[in-house]
Amino acid sequence: MLLIPCPYCGERPEIEFSYGGEAHVVRAPANATDAEWTAFLYQRSNARGSYAERWRHAHGCGRFFNARRNTVTDFFEQTYKIGEVPA
Amino acid sequence: MTQTYRLATGGLIDRSRTVPFTFDGKAMTGHAGDTLASALLANGVHLVGRSFKYHRPRGIVSAGAEEPNALVGVGRDEGHYTPNLRATQVELYHGLRAESQNRMPSLERDVGSITDRLWRFFPAGFYYKTFMWPKGAWTKFFEPRIRAIAGLGRSPAAPDAARYAQIYAHCDVLVIGAGPAGLSAALTAAETGARVIICDEQAQFGGALLAEPGKSAWLAEQRARLAGFANITMLPRTIAFGYFPHNMIGLAQDLTDHQGEASDDAPRGRLWQVRARQVITATGAIERPLVFPDNDRPGIMLADAARTYVERYAVKPGNRAVVFTAHDDAYRAAVSLHRAGVAIAAIVDLRESPAGPGLDAARTAGLPVRTHATIIGTEGNLRVAAVSVATIGETKSERIACDLVLMSGGFTPSVHLFSQSRGKLAFDPALDAFIPGTPAEPTIAAGAAAGCQSLEAAIASGRAAGLSATGQAVAAPVAETGAAGFLGEVPHGRDPASVRAFVDFQNDVTAKDITLALSEGFRSIEHVKRYTTTGMATDQGKTSNMNALGIVSKSLGVAIPSIGTTTFRMPYTPIPFGYFAGYARGELVEPVRETPIHAWAAEHGAVFEDVSLWKRARYFPRGAETMHDAVARECAAVRAGVGLFDASTLGKIEITGPDAAEFLNRMYVNAWTKLKPGRLRYGILLREDGFIIDDGVVGRIADDRFHVTTTTGGAARVLNMMEDYLQTEFTDLKVWLTSTTEQYAVIAVQGPRARAVIAPLVEDADISAAAMPHMSVVECRVAGVPARLFRVSFTGELGFEINVPADYGRAVWEAVAQAGQAHGIVPYGTETMHVLRAEKGYIIVGQETDGTATPDDVGLTWAIGKAKPDFVGKRALARTALASQTDRKQLVGLLTADPAEVLEEGAHLVADPAQAVPMTMLGHVTSSYWSAALNRSIALAMVRNGRARIGQTLHVPLPGRSVAVTLTDPVFYDPEGARLDG
Ligand SMILES: [Zn+2]
Repeated sequence: MLLIPCPYCGERPEIEFSYGGEAHVVRAPANATDAEWTAFLYQRSNARGSYAERWRHAHGCGRFFNARRNTVTDFFEQTYKIGEVPA
Repeated sequence: MTQTYRLATGGLIDRSRTVPFTFDGKAMTGHAGDTLASALLANGVHLVGRSFKYHRPRGIVSAGAEEPNALVGVGRDEGHYTPNLRATQVELYHGLRAESQNRMPSLERDVGSITDRLWRFFPAGFYYKTFMWPKGAWTKFFEPRIRAIAGLGRSPAAPDAARYAQIYAHCDVLVIGAGPAGLSAALTAAETGARVIICDEQAQFGGALLAEPGKSAWLAEQRARLAGFANITMLPRTIAFGYFPHNMIGLAQDLTDHQGEASDDAPRGRLWQVRARQVITATGAIERPLVFPDNDRPGIMLADAARTYVERYAVKPGNRAVVFTAHDDAYRAAVSLHRAGVAIAAIVDLRESPAGPGLDAARTAGLPVRTHATIIGTEGNLRVAAVSVATIGETKSERIACDLVLMSGGFTPSVHLFSQSRGKLAFDPALDAFIPGTPAEPTIAAGAAAGCQSLEAAIASGRAAGLSATGQAVAAPVAETGAAGFLGEVPHGRDPASVRAFVDFQNDVTAKDITLALSEGFRSIEHVKRYTTTGMATDQGKTSNMNALGIVSKSLGVAIPSIGTTTFRMPYTPIPFGYFAGYARGELVEPVRETPIHAWAAEHGAVFEDVSLWKRARYFPRGAETMHDAVARECAAVRAGVGLFDASTLGKIEITGPDAAEFLNRMYVNAWTKLKPGRLRYGILLREDGFIIDDGVVGRIADDRFHVTTTTGGAARVLNMMEDYLQTEFTDLKVWLTSTTEQYAVIAVQGPRARAVIAPLVEDADISAAAMPHMSVVECRVAGVPARLFRVSFTGELGFEINVPADYGRAVWEAVAQAGQAHGIVPYGTETMHVLRAEKGYIIVGQETDGTATPDDVGLTWAIGKAKPDFVGKRALARTALASQTDRKQLVGLLTADPAEVLEEGAHLVADPAQAVPMTMLGHVTSSYWSAALNRSIALAMVRNGRARIGQTLHVPLPGRSVAVTLTDPVFYDPEGARLDG
């Protein structure tokens, strides 16, 4: 079972967390074109390797945060707070 | 039987304690310290099973976890029965009852062995080839028969009666395996003060040294030192079965199995989940069998296992042995058996010119050695009786009578756990074996598991691992020369098509099967494995994988590192399911949520239904009422008088803060800014794709405070979605979200007499029709308890929902029930609630909607705040594809031609029931009930372009007939809504 470092609480086992999809997907505005809206709603990079993701410490502090996880090894590379720029 | 093969002296068994047991009903005895396997051998029993596919007689091959043949079912009754246990790991206890497997009627006379004579018809991949014709014959004819013949143990016929415990633990260093390397590693690490856990699958620590009488003093000293460290936790009888990410190791600890027929009060076993800073795998090595013709007869066993039976268990595994080897270690076994009184008829060595101390000792003892020789066949039915020995490359053979054959192809390091940790294996050409290479976790292999050959090297390697695991400098490893042994099928000069040389004993895979797979074009070892099933039995190929690789390597002329190896999976050995279930059985499988009014409902005869984790009262039958009768009575009571309903399971979220209204504006489709404190509004929540995900009534308690309700099943999902937007998208808003689902009991009082019932109980509020209209909320006291009183209806009648603190829920409920008696109040359940809301055309999210319904699809366009610049899902509702779609499914009502016909929910609707199959479906029934108020059936449906079809007739095709239905407006009862204003 993975240990995930919550930026607020520190390392906790993965069962405390829930997944939130790809990170840094900017919500398209109400006047977006169909193509822009489709890109926002459906299109994800689905990267092999380092992947930016949203996670929530659902059974802990309840906070959403961003992370980079390697989808090949499953291991987390870093986690950071919403709004922070990763190192 | 007496223990004819027990030696008079030696071993670690306690001769003063005689232990009776039965095997297939036959009474025998062993001694304390025996395994079931050693006790059977002490009684001269080698034949312990029939093989998986050919039902060949099989005997004990090993003395440990790698045992492929000696699988037994153990237990006093079906509730304590465990199949497929390796007899080599079952500790003998008083009264143990064991039975052999996969035989009918008995081991000695087994009707399934007919498949052995037909073996030519069961080649590799025979499942795929032989039985696929005619169509359907596999599932109807072949599979049931093959399943009856092929197989291992049987499942117990009763639920597991034992209890299981579970525990989490943390440590600095977890040492897996308590042989010489593991003991040294644990002691070295513990000296630094590190918290150490050391586990071993055996009852005693010592590993291979338990079979080395000459090392008993050293072992005793190490054990004594271990006991002196308070920072060492010792876990004997504990199998490390799984290596999970970030050094989480799964351990299964036997607590009472070895104690005999123990009481179920004490747990049978304990599952450990250990998070270790460093793991040291000191898991030893497994001896490889040699692959020669008919190498599977009972009495043919691994050389080191035979030595272990002599030295540790004081058992002679036979009277006259032939030793077949490609490794020096077998000479040690030969000398050991010779000293124990076993005649060594011959030592047959595949190597041309072996040399070394083992060989010298054997020659000194006068044992006959034949080098550059091989075994080309064996004889014997239920026990090996002779072998044929030939010089390699020659056809002339010598027949040697024997009742025991020892074999050694060298040793394979146990890299299972390291491999599970996703560490990369490295091929050591000197050893002809894979050893741990680049790790993926903080893990270190030590001892024989790392390729060490000698005891000195293993101890040094353990010490180095202990130092390294605690961050200390490590000296250079002890240099030693390895000895490879042999991989693959031995040379035997016979027609390869006519002999069977077994590679995987447990799955009955021969060398020929593997070469056949290669000749049919399989190249990847993963494909060969699946096609032949080699290495896919419960032992995961512990004794067979390397020989299979050797055959592939030689056949294809490709070096083993280029072929690669298969992936090891957890568990290392099978673990009973009970370990994983732990406490989560029966009522503890998942939480049960009960409302504060649950006990009252139970006392009043409610029939409950499961709604997500909640128990909800479905109806309250009186006397002999059926559900239909009870629901009709409850419905009539609400429509004519007054009913009482427990709505406490509704999800509730308190939204507060200066931007609370704006937050709701952005989340829900509705406009909230102008909603005045004290008023309610029906809210609809979409996902970004524009489809309805939840709904509920929202009350504005104050300018900066909303009381939001959600569906029962959607509460957690909605709160998570709100938190997501609040934390990551609408971060400019000052809003706080609090789940209050369990803080409030919700008591719905519905019906024309609802106000009359509660009025005497209400203080601090005017609830008259003029002062408190439909869709309003007041804070007041009800029955003396602070309450949020909603005037709201999910029935179409005058209605109130009383929200009170959960602890007061039952008291207020009883006060309302008491006050309602004069008005004939009737408690009703969810079934009646469903009928009443369906009569009004009110949707249930998840019943009428299926995750692809927009507000317009279910007739709720009116709820959308069209002037709002944005809300979740707004843009999706405006997308071109949606706007241009003219045949979306829309909510309609259905009335059957025959009013007594109640449709099946989920039934399909078609225009012409006579059309050919597959018919063109126009929609489906989402809700269907008997309506007491209308004295006929009603249904709701989602139908393509349904609103334009109102008035038309469609058909519900059923087996042998169809039902005509007329499409109507979904509101069947009181379409003007006059009753809401009562
Ligand atoms: Zn946290």
